[in-house]
Amino acid sequence: MGFVVSAIAFLFVMAATGVAARRLPSVPTIVYGGSAAACAIVVLWAAATLAGGGGVAEGWVLPIGLPWIGTHLRADALSAFFLLIVNFGGITASLFGWGYERAHRDSHAGPVLPLFPLFLAAMNMVLIADDAFAFLVSWEFMSLASWLLVLSTHREEGTPRAARLYLIMASFGTACLLLAFGLLATAHGDYSFDAIRAQAPSVSAAAFCVVLVLLGAGSKAGLVPLHVWLPLAHSAAPSHVSALMSGVMTKVAVYAMIRVLFDLLGEPAWWWGGVMLGFGALTAVMGVLYALMQEDVKRLLAYSTVENIGAIVIALGLALVFKASHTPVIAALALTAGLLHVANHSLFKSLLFFTAGAVLTATGSRDLGRLGGLIHRMPTTAVLALIGSAAISALPPLNGFVGEWLLFQAILNGPALPEWSLKIEIAVVGAALALATALAGACFVRFYGIAFLGRPRSRAAGEAAEVGAGMRLGMAVPAALCVALGVLPTPLIRLFEPAVRLMVEAGPFDDRAYQPWFWLAPTSAIGNSYNGLIMLAVIALLSVLLVLVIHRRASDRVRLSIPWGCGFDGPDPAAVTQYTASSFGQPIRRAFGSTVFRARDEVEMPEPGDTRPARLTVRWTDPAWALLFTPVGVAVDRLAERANRLQFMTIRRYLTLMFLALVVLLVMVAVTQR
Amino acid sequence: MTDLGYDAAHMLGAVVLLMSFALLYQRRLFSLLHVFTMQALALAATAAWQAFSHDEPHLYITALLTLVLKAVVIPVALHRIILKMNIQRTIEPALGIGLTMVAGVSLVTLSILLVLPVTEDATALTRENLALSLSVVLLGLLMMISRRNAVSQVVGFMSIENGLILAAVGVAGMPLVVEMSVAFSVMVAFIIFGIFLFHIRERFDTLDMQKIESFRGESD
Repeated sequence: MGFVVSAIAFLFVMAATGVAARRLPSVPTIVYGGSAAACAIVVLWAAATLAGGGGVAEGWVLPIGLPWIGTHLRADALSAFFLLIVNFGGITASLFGWGYERAHRDSHAGPVLPLFPLFLAAMNMVLIADDAFAFLVSWEFMSLASWLLVLSTHREEGTPRAARLYLIMASFGTACLLLAFGLLATAHGDYSFDAIRAQAPSVSAAAFCVVLVLLGAGSKAGLVPLHVWLPLAHSAAPSHVSALMSGVMTKVAVYAMIRVLFDLLGEPAWWWGGVMLGFGALTAVMGVLYALMQEDVKRLLAYSTVENIGAIVIALGLALVFKASHTPVIAALALTAGLLHVANHSLFKSLLFFTAGAVLTATGSRDLGRLGGLIHRMPTTAVLALIGSAAISALPPLNGFVGEWLLFQAILNGPALPEWSLKIEIAVVGAALALATALAGACFVRFYGIAFLGRPRSRAAGEAAEVGAGMRLGMAVPAALCVALGVLPTPLIRLFEPAVRLMVEAGPFDDRAYQPWFWLAPTSAIGNSYNGLIMLAVIALLSVLLVLVIHRRASDRVRLSIPWGCGFDGPDPAAVTQYTASSFGQPIRRAFGSTVFRARDEVEMPEPGDTRPARLTVRWTDPAWALLFTPVGVAVDRLAERANRLQFMTIRRYLTLMFLALVVLLVMVAVTQR
Repeated sequence: MTDLGYDAAHMLGAVVLLMSFALLYQRRLFSLLHVFTMQALALAATAAWQAFSHDEPHLYITALLTLVLKAVVIPVALHRIILKMNIQRTIEPALGIGLTMVAGVSLVTLSILLVLPVTEDATALTRENLALSLSVVLLGLLMMISRRNAVSQVVGFMSIENGLILAAVGVAGMPLVVEMSVAFSVMVAFIIFGIFLFHIRERFDTLDMQKIESFRGESD
């Protein structure tokens, strides 16, 4: 506990250093190095605590905050697991940020150095908060710190709008959480988590609380339809901050959901998980469909975060329904899948945002249409990006596959539930998740193929150079872990088993006497098991065979080329004729986009003899804006217009209003006293 | 003695309320001030009678304060202001007189309906007194919103204060400091109003609120 608190204090010191010594050239090194060191301490502490079988039983009460209440801090197994994830992301982001800051010195940009450690400290504070007040303050602090970090690129087009939207949605989310905790604290007004746990809320209060937490934490995590701010804000921030926001901050929101729904609210009702399953499936499918429509690399990655959050929320929903139906072993399997996916996503999403940052550093562009052929210019980045893309597409033997595999094992247990509606819903959710996973594969083939393969689509992409050592190291660490966790997931699952046990009172490997460390065979996986080593060996063997066959059979042959290769052939072909990002997305845009996004392709073909170029216009509408946010915005504006008239009344009118209000109140009293 | 005390207190309170009604239908500023003076006199008499009948000497101080401030100083000062500033002497009602009276009667009904059930365990005198004083307060508010003239709004405000003091003297055991502070706040309010009236007139050359409102680019 002391380690975490002192690490947070040290991060504050780093922030102060960032403010005080902004001009010194060595300050980025100190601040990023210090942040990485603080995070490393917390990572080691959290890993040791988890390996020791759980968290801290006794919390701390610091005499700061509200008088007579103080600030309760405690890190149980769940907090320790999330501390591990958050701070590991913090280490890699600090490493990458150190290189990124040096490559990207922009004198007009807002300050990043003081805010980066603050953001890390705020996320740590949310995770160790043990009363509602400390939790909400840290949560809002986290929102504001990340908001300021988004604003650091305020000169770029689109950033002000993204930041404003983020601020609105963050306030909305905090307000929802505030109401939720208000409901939980009830009449006693005791806001410590222990007191909240001790008394079960009434059925209606619990129901409201579930909805409010899903709104509040869901808006931060990016649940559709509250996701609209996320792709804008995450992509507007500097790349290492994007990685933190997307890979790590969304996990803090997931932590909030788990903390309230599994821990504080007590015994769950069966429909809570049902609601989460529905929204999770919607989020997964919509997120990846959005991602497929994007041309901007970072925005694509941010929408892919939305998809992955959908998968995590599905896992949480499954764990909740199984917990409610008193089958804790299956609930443990689902929660393990969810937490493993949390860890996985934090790794590969950080990695992918780092590669996007590296590409941005090298080419100055985030537009897929201006990239291409980077595998020749940036070989290290390209290999690391390939690992990240394969991992997020859930290809074996990488870590994404293990998480999805566990999740599907949990989904296959759906028929064990008593409620028919849930059985059917889980089948549908499973199908939706399968669709989302396949589409994610397509999405990352598109991302990798367009950005790194082919020929350069712009001069900058053709002249790109590999990024510096700090950035490469920042990318290599999560990439190595993606591979390692894919081959050997069991040690990590063992590590966070105390967290699972704390939440659902069962572990994934219960009633198995012997469980080797290289073998993953959860109890309720219906006899299925996964061995990463065998998978790795088979894939390696097959790849070698494939390469040999191709080189034997294909490379030696005499090749005949057609004389006109669609304008692509020649000594210096114009890259404009190659397959583009939007051509890659077109089949899926036509199949799904025409109904979901009302996407329309319009081809403007000039008359024969006309020298104007033909033009393809793609129009699509965002259903979240069209159906939810625009009407709400219009309604708010209209109400504000109405209320604005109150500002311009005469004194006598104001007096009359007050008088009438008084009389109405008195009449109400007179009537109700009877 | 108790019966006489109750009847007399009741009657004096009713006179204060009656004066409130009289304030509502005055069309001239000077008669408005006369009625206000009479209300203050009735109020001072109430306070003195309560002091006598309940043997609470500090209420004599209240009575004296009311007499000096409300019945002498304020009316005289307002009188001088009106003369000095040469204000138009008629009051333009924003609400018709008949309608105002109907509203006033319903407000009295409301306060009786409100107070009597709420205070069932209190003494009869306290209940009646509270009902009367609440009526006076509500009528003062009604006067403030149904008149366009700034001076009559000031008078309406003062009669609200009269209602409060009526409540204070009627409830046994109200400490002197409360009454003192009410009296003091009335004094301060009167000073502020006076300064405002001067400034408004200097700036706009009128005290007719309708004309002043037109300076804000709008009107009723």
